[in-house]
Amino acid sequence: MPAGNPLFNHHNHEALEQNTMMQPPIVPPQQQPGAGGGMFNSHPQQQPQQPPLPAAYQNHHQPQQPQPQPPVQGGGGVGTTNPFHHQQQHHQPHIPQHLTQPQPPPPATVQHPPPGGITSSANRYPPNPALLQQPQAPPQQPQQYAQQQQQPQSQQGPYLPPQNAAQQQQQPPQRYVISGQPVNPSNLYPTIPTQPLPSPGPTTNNYSQQYQTQPGVGGGGGLPQNSHGHNNQYPAPPQQNPHAYNNGGVGMGVNQVTAGMNNMSVTQQGFNKLWGIDHADLLKTRQVLPPEGVKSPEIRFPHDYMNHVNCSPDLFRCTLTKIPETKTLLQKARLPLGILIHPFKDLTQLPVIQCSQIVRCRSCRTYINPYVYFVDQRRWKCNLCFRVNDLPEEFQYDPVTKTYGDPSRRPEVRSGTIEFLAPADYMVRPPQAAVYLFVLDVTTLAVDTGYLKTLCDVLLEHLDTLPGDSRSQIGFITFDSAVHFYNMNSSLSQPQELVVCDIDDIFIPCPDNLLVNLDESKEVVKHLLTNLPGKYLSSQNEPRSALGAALLAAQKILGPIGGRITVFCASLPSVGPGSLPNRQGDVKTVKDLSTALNPSTDFYKKLALDCSTQYIAVDLFFLNSQYSDVASISCISKFSGGSIQYFPNYHMVENPVQAKLFEQAMVRYVTRKIGFEAVMRVRCSRGMSIHTFHGNLFVRSTDLLSLPNVNPDAGFGMQVSIDESLSDFQTVCFQAALLYTSSKGERRIRVHTLCLPVAGNVNDVIQSADQQAIIGLLAKMAVDRSLSSSLLDAREAFVNAVVDVLSAYATTQNSLPNLALVAPKCLQMLPAYTHSILRSMGFRADLRPRLDDRSQFMNQMKTLPLYQLIQTIYPDLYPLHTIASVPLASVPQSSRSTTPENGEEEEKYPQFPVLHLCSDRIEATGVYLLDQPDSILIYVCRNVSTQFCEDVLGVQGFVALHEMDDLPELETEWSNLIRNFINYLQSNKPYQVPIRIIREDSKERMWFVNSLVEDRGEGSVSYYEFLQQLKNMVK
Amino acid sequence: MFLSETFLFIFSMIITGLLAFIYVYFIITLSDLECDYINAQQCCDRLNMWMMPILSGQGFVNIFFLLHGHFWLFLFNLPITAWSAYELIKVPSGNLGVFDPTEIYNRGQLKTHMRDVLIKIAFFLVAFFVYLYSMIVSMLTAGQPVQAMGSPPSEFDEF
Repeated sequence: MPAGNPLFNHHNHEALEQNTMMQPPIVPPQQQPGAGGGMFNSHPQQQPQQPPLPAAYQNHHQPQQPQPQPPVQGGGGVGTTNPFHHQQQHHQPHIPQHLTQPQPPPPATVQHPPPGGITSSANRYPPNPALLQQPQAPPQQPQQYAQQQQQPQSQQGPYLPPQNAAQQQQQPPQRYVISGQPVNPSNLYPTIPTQPLPSPGPTTNNYSQQYQTQPGVGGGGGLPQNSHGHNNQYPAPPQQNPHAYNNGGVGMGVNQVTAGMNNMSVTQQGFNKLWGIDHADLLKTRQVLPPEGVKSPEIRFPHDYMNHVNCSPDLFRCTLTKIPETKTLLQKARLPLGILIHPFKDLTQLPVIQCSQIVRCRSCRTYINPYVYFVDQRRWKCNLCFRVNDLPEEFQYDPVTKTYGDPSRRPEVRSGTIEFLAPADYMVRPPQAAVYLFVLDVTTLAVDTGYLKTLCDVLLEHLDTLPGDSRSQIGFITFDSAVHFYNMNSSLSQPQELVVCDIDDIFIPCPDNLLVNLDESKEVVKHLLTNLPGKYLSSQNEPRSALGAALLAAQKILGPIGGRITVFCASLPSVGPGSLPNRQGDVKTVKDLSTALNPSTDFYKKLALDCSTQYIAVDLFFLNSQYSDVASISCISKFSGGSIQYFPNYHMVENPVQAKLFEQAMVRYVTRKIGFEAVMRVRCSRGMSIHTFHGNLFVRSTDLLSLPNVNPDAGFGMQVSIDESLSDFQTVCFQAALLYTSSKGERRIRVHTLCLPVAGNVNDVIQSADQQAIIGLLAKMAVDRSLSSSLLDAREAFVNAVVDVLSAYATTQNSLPNLALVAPKCLQMLPAYTHSILRSMGFRADLRPRLDDRSQFMNQMKTLPLYQLIQTIYPDLYPLHTIASVPLASVPQSSRSTTPENGEEEEKYPQFPVLHLCSDRIEATGVYLLDQPDSILIYVCRNVSTQFCEDVLGVQGFVALHEMDDLPELETEWSNLIRNFINYLQSNKPYQVPIRIIREDSKERMWFVNSLVEDRGEGSVSYYEFLQQLKNMVK
Repeated sequence: MFLSETFLFIFSMIITGLLAFIYVYFIITLSDLECDYINAQQCCDRLNMWMMPILSGQGFVNIFFLLHGHFWLFLFNLPITAWSAYELIKVPSGNLGVFDPTEIYNRGQLKTHMRDVLIKIAFFLVAFFVYLYSMIVSMLTAGQPVQAMGSPPSEFDEF
């Protein structure tokens, strides 16, 4: 513990940044003359040729992230009916042979075409992702901004952003066009439909009956082949009306209609729909998943102007979009309160500011943000602690119009996410260089997988694009039962290997040259990377692994500088410090799991904490096919801000899917942005406090999170409690500030501010819930629970959480039908997500998943950003065969992987509806795409239309289809659209994932069928049965 | 057995006093952590160091009472000793001690620790005065013949 390190001795109310003030300024602030004190320049050193006019200030205010749009108002389709429900309703399900009885594969020879499309990833990622986020201002950009600024201001007060800017900032909504049924105010009051109805069918089946009659066998049970029914179903609006079936059921009798409505006046129901707060009976409503996918709920403020400046929901989410004003109210609503944050996400547009003084509150050190109140021209009131602060002189200056006197035009108060170039006060020491140390496993098991070849090739290819500057350093260590070091002095012609066998007391064989400057020693490094894979042959190698000793050595090498250690691990560490027993045999019952999921030694945690104080992060890559105790080893990354990636059963030749995934992951890993020496602080309004932290981090003091490295794929979660009544306030705020050193050696601060309104009654609070964020937070809490208590406890807690929420909602509704499980619209997917997570690899209550798989699932639940976390739990299923009838959308700018050439038309992709993961949504004529975080599966059913086969799959028909790794590039419209769609899906992931095309009758179909989580599985109940269990528990 | 009654109580008084002081130190350290004067690692290192000495101190006192046949005092001490031992045994294998720097801020652990320490201080203060009283009693009884306790001397016996 370096006691003299000022980072570790900070005092109350002194932010880390303040502490360092006593240090002599190390890097002079970037003062440029002539800018009236306020100097805005994103990177003056790198772009000195920029035009000096307002261009010095680069702020891209055209938001490209689409604002989440609410789905079409619920009132729209009330008066009308949806004929398709009837049709589907009356289709008797029958067991499809095509899923239950795999037929022998056709005699056609299965060929694997060369992986063409997917490996062309080099141009998918720009050479240096660090540049991505720095706005590459085209010369006209500042002028655009200037025009925007010069438009007349609205008269709402000095602190209001201009109204027209507000309008401009709102992205043209990417509304999901739902065919038919325009939203018409006259439709908002439900009436018993009078228009002619389609023939309702022979009998009155309601859905519960249909569910029960479904045979749920294996995962592949009952697939009703309701081809026309389903095909037509999707353009219907999301099922928002619990009485839709009844509405349509005039033929069924008025009884049901009145029974459904007897408790709720028609007017009230209409108003509820108008405000989007209606609810549905989950037992009767089959379609609760909106076709456009679950979106984050909109944050509604009493004042409209506040809406557009909030932090993007991709970066910052709260489980409630309205904060209850007291703790009692929160307990009444029985919802978890917490925030999920993805602070270092790659952003394409981000205002970057350089100024001599960053404006912060003097008492709570909050950064100035859009939600502060300007008392007058010279003072502002902090929105977290309500202290009135003075504004510095330079804040009066508007760099665009070059005028003084209106602080509300500064970019700091116009964007919820902003980045500052930090002056020297924010440095404890000179910003460190980018330092990468690779620690490679060369035991027999590891060498056999052949990963060295892939890794070295990727590194060789991207050696020039590793994020860094001329100071970047690199080093390599390999280990089996000894630790091998490589002297890569630039004067040597080839690297010199030094082997240390004394692993119990590891030492560094030579003081320097183990870590070398990348530019100076590039040739030696290349030499090493070229020869390393051939150097280790599996026959000559040791099976034993001295991972602990190698890590200690790596820590000693990096200690004085800090940096990133990348560890590849394919076997269980078995000799020297940190060796681990094989605990796989200890697990006999589910109750033994909690011990086996906890680390068996404190070696890795201690080492991680030591690394953390020396600004070293350890990133882990597991490539094991045998048990290697992910639970214990991953502690080294968990507490040092690292990342953990897991490629089970990796083999370069025998497991091509995993090999491809590993290669893509490596490319992303070595080229992605990185922040060194990072700390994050999350502040919240007075009256609330943050108490439990989730993610790979170390909580150094109450709210200071130490992240030796921060990477763009890391997410964090925090639980929040309400300590005092918030009833005096209209809004509350959370602010996360991430201070880091970029790979170019700049100290930067990225600030995210999220503002939420305060609500005073239970109903408002429940209606404001964000189900995805709730699941994200519950999953993190459940991981903690299963480690500290037991897995069964965690499962029970999950169910209780859902039951609590639904019970709380039921008590707010004064009269509900008796046999209903009613959920508000914003929480309708919560039971489905919960059901799915209970069946997931991490939380299922049997011993089928391997220990390492389970550990890694739990690690992911703790660290994945919300979007990927939800996709892990509940992958997206799209019906590709409906391509003829779906609307098109243009690819958003942010996710376009390559810049379109001039004059090229915008790429369009079809907006397929998202389907429930349920086998009765699968039609025999369909083609389905399952979008998982680590793969994209395309499942082709037997009776697929010939046209689809020819236009998209490039074969004559289903018989000719063989399993493929990618869609063929055909010059047909459908092929183009579907490939655009896949590209769009890929662009939402951190790296491209392998695509598999699966025939309905192949062995690999189980990959797909097992993902249909709403069906009954082996040893687990179906979704409908789960709902019935919930119904019995909800009081 | 080994010690006279008086010395036994003096001994346990000293130990109990020391333990109470250690726990006061715990409170100070924990509240320093709460106020951000020290970081989690420093705090936990300082506190974990004392866990074994505390347990052995309590154990000694307990054993001495048992050996000297003070069963009530033994039972009085037993729960708190057992609690300390339980705390040490229940530390998960991956944690650095009863106080783990990576978890102390989570799930209100800091508050729980604070509460536990306060309970223990209260106990040791009570124990201290119990021993003090017992010591005084034993000093007084040691000076007087035993039979005098049984039948109080009558003023008129001498006459």
